[in-house]
Amino acid sequence: MNAPVKPSKLIKGATGDWEIVIGLEVHAQVTSNSKLFSGASTEFGGAPNSHVSLVDAAMPGMLPVINRHCVSQAVRTGLGLKAQINRRSTFDRKNYFYPDSPQGYQISQYKSPIVGEGVVEVDLPDGGSIAIGIERLHLEQDAGKLLHDQNPTMTLVDLNRCGVALMEIVSKPDLRSSEQAKAYVSKLRTILRYLGTCDGDMEKGSLRADVNVSVRHPGDPLGTRCEIKNVNSIRFIGQAIDYEARRQIGVLEDGGSIDQETRLFDAGKGETRSMRSKEEAHDYRYFPDPDLLPLEFSEEYVAALKADLPELPDEKKARFIGEVGLTPYDAAVLVSERESADFFEAVLDGLKDKARDGKLAANWVINELFGRLNKEGRDIATSPVSAAQIADIVDLIGEQVISGKIAKDLFEIVWTEGGDPRALVEARGMKQVTDMGAIEKVVDDIIAANPDKVAQAQAKPALMGWFVGQVMKSSGGKANPQSVNDLLKSKLGL
Amino acid sequence: MTNLTSLTLAEARDGLAKKSFTSVELTDAHIVAVENARVLNAYVLETPVHARAMAAAADATIAKGEAGPLAGIPLGIKDLFATKDVHTTACSKILGNFIPPYESTVTSQLWRDGAVMLGKLNNDEFAMGSANETSAFGPVVNPWRRDGSDVNLVPGGSSGGSASAVAAGLCLGATATDTGGSIRQPAAFTGIVGLKPTYGRCSRWGIVAFASSLDQAGPVARTVRDTAILMRSMAGHDPKDSTSVDRAVPDYEAAIGKSVKGMKIGIPREYRIDGMPAEIEKLWMDGAAQLKAAGAELIDVSLPHTKYALPAYYIVAPAEASSNLARYDGVRYGLRVPGRNIGDMYENTRAEGFGAEVRRRIMIGTYVLSAGYYDAYYLRAQKVRTLIKRDFEECFATGIHGIVTPATPSAAFGIGEKGGADPIEMYLNDIFTVTVNMAGLPGIAVPAGKDAQGLPLGLQLIGRPFDEETLFSLGETIEQASGRFTPPKWWA
Repeated sequence: MNAPVKPSKLIKGATGDWEIVIGLEVHAQVTSNSKLFSGASTEFGGAPNSHVSLVDAAMPGMLPVINRHCVSQAVRTGLGLKAQINRRSTFDRKNYFYPDSPQGYQISQYKSPIVGEGVVEVDLPDGGSIAIGIERLHLEQDAGKLLHDQNPTMTLVDLNRCGVALMEIVSKPDLRSSEQAKAYVSKLRTILRYLGTCDGDMEKGSLRADVNVSVRHPGDPLGTRCEIKNVNSIRFIGQAIDYEARRQIGVLEDGGSIDQETRLFDAGKGETRSMRSKEEAHDYRYFPDPDLLPLEFSEEYVAALKADLPELPDEKKARFIGEVGLTPYDAAVLVSERESADFFEAVLDGLKDKARDGKLAANWVINELFGRLNKEGRDIATSPVSAAQIADIVDLIGEQVISGKIAKDLFEIVWTEGGDPRALVEARGMKQVTDMGAIEKVVDDIIAANPDKVAQAQAKPALMGWFVGQVMKSSGGKANPQSVNDLLKSKLGL
Repeated sequence: MTNLTSLTLAEARDGLAKKSFTSVELTDAHIVAVENARVLNAYVLETPVHARAMAAAADATIAKGEAGPLAGIPLGIKDLFATKDVHTTACSKILGNFIPPYESTVTSQLWRDGAVMLGKLNNDEFAMGSANETSAFGPVVNPWRRDGSDVNLVPGGSSGGSASAVAAGLCLGATATDTGGSIRQPAAFTGIVGLKPTYGRCSRWGIVAFASSLDQAGPVARTVRDTAILMRSMAGHDPKDSTSVDRAVPDYEAAIGKSVKGMKIGIPREYRIDGMPAEIEKLWMDGAAQLKAAGAELIDVSLPHTKYALPAYYIVAPAEASSNLARYDGVRYGLRVPGRNIGDMYENTRAEGFGAEVRRRIMIGTYVLSAGYYDAYYLRAQKVRTLIKRDFEECFATGIHGIVTPATPSAAFGIGEKGGADPIEMYLNDIFTVTVNMAGLPGIAVPAGKDAQGLPLGLQLIGRPFDEETLFSLGETIEQASGRFTPPKWWA
């Protein structure tokens, strides 16, 4: 049983509070050059039926042969989900007739999946986190694509996607709101992208979810669930859940009952509608695929894959907090996309003094760089400012060669013109003045010229700011603010 | 010149090597024999142009001293094997004019070794049948007739075309497949030799699938030696078939003439079934006596789960078939009968494309896999299968080298005589052979005598996994003692 749900997650209804119970089946396309059981290419966007082998087209006498790379990708994903790896699993046939399935069956794993129970730590927008259970992960073939808009009287079929490897990742019914579900899918996607086992590109259909939703009064047994098929964006997953939960509550509060059924999400209308009822459900006649031997591998094989695993977001976040001293918020922002984290790591590597400037570097990456990229609608891959350049700018600040304010000017120059930050500072005379003699002369001049202000400041020390501003102004912003402060305090006797 | 079509494969091979005749001459003689024997309906496609070109190429390799082990040997190919650019239909209407752009692994190995293809041989539709009566091309006629009778008899099935062609001298050997007895039963009905190898010994890639966990390709030929020669070329590991076994292929021919002295031969008491004809019983005991006379030791053994094999087989095989045949849907190749919508098109195509027996097995298979029945049928049948396998393992663990049984419960019967009202009458033909498929073991059928009406009868020898060599040694012992069986030529 799960911990009691926070009242804020409950939906108020006429008959009391309702709790939403959600489980997700995420279909993630395995990153692999060739298909699960054939050598055909998995490249996206080829001409229709240009990536189809004899096996994919289910020609007579053709036999599947497992792609070992896909197996290792599934095991690596299982390890990334801290899940049990089943060293013996089997493939089953799921039988159904449809033109997108040339064999007349999908090869899947029904009884013995390659990966068993695991867990995903999900950070929530409110700052908390929850652990979502993974029920299983199994390998299966994707189907082809029907093209209904190419011919006035016929439907055409493109088998390029047919046989591409999918990982179906099934969560336990641990999710209690659309926010949680969205956060879970985001986190899962991040983990897969870190592992390099799925590119997570939802626009290309690399990641899609079947969403199981039911409602109940807190403490009651689970309600009857409906499955919303094939939702292909995180936003739509949220919308589908919210709509479906309200629909079910409406039905129940009107004295009706929920029929177990499969539903479709209509993104245009933002609603779900019935696709087929339980009575119409297929009988898939699962049975072990006699063309394939059980999938077996050794402890050593798993250990080797484990040793090779990249650092995952949770571990990376902990390291950023513990070793670099970042706030949990900053660390979470940086690890949420592998590219961001990699960029930040590259900045860290470029710093002369990580311990001193790591935190500052995180501020610069998140606020200056990401802020600017967002504003201009660009992503990190096309950033005009490199990690090395950011590291140089942060170094210059840390070394007190330039002030933070000048650094922003420098960033602007690097963003628009490019160039070596250190050389730019030199060439354009942006260096902070740390020569105490020079600053002292400026301070003395200003004090001498403004005896009334001196008197005011001595009466009210907060007015010293005026002097600071004057000194900075006459130094062209290049005076070190700390030195100016110290100097003024002693000269004014504050 | 000698009659080139009555040579054994080994004799033809030696004659070619000695340049007594060319492969083109040998092939031409067979092409003529095939043309003159169309009444047998053994070939569904004759490929004489193809054959002569292959023969000429083989002659060139022989002349250069680069001949492969089967150089210039004309063979027939069961229509279940995909042959590149040559019609392959599994003798079903649903495959229509299907021409594969690929060659099965087994046949490509035969061509690699220099063999010549005479054509494609008739079989039961999708290899489902025991009389070669379910073929879309019509029944095959057995070259054997009862003494003094002109009634056409079945050659057995499903490799009826292969068996009939070999027995009638329409090729020197043929490929066949065996899912429940489809090599051994027709071999026995036509007085020839047929080997069902250990599961995994020959690649299934490019062979139209019937029941994947039971299907196995094997050779049929007129002598045990010829079968052994063919087997060496057909066997071997294939990375394209995950169930094929990576194991060296021995020189099977070397097993011919090897003494069987001291070998322990099991006689399974459960194969003495109720109502077994006396002449089958006698054939069995005579065969056992021949092995004993050659120095083998006869031992009574028990295979207690034998009686469950046939019913279990008729669950497992249709279950797999119902799924394997789902791909014949009219969408990508073969027959398409239009309909108002996709469901309609499927139904029309499959109703018209599949014959009655195939439809029956698809329905049985669909039923036994369906929700609520899976545990009672399919799962139980798989458990029975495990027990059958264990029976054999325990038997062989006692030191048994081979098991001898009758190959069939009767001699060949008349076309249309059996199974019309009750399909089980036909299924009973496989009673002695299905156990071998269920256990994945090798089995060979060798002609061993004739029934009272002059029809050939065969014995079956069952071996340990991957011990086809012992079967060849034992088979040849029986062959030596029983002599060879050649049907009187009435058809040309």
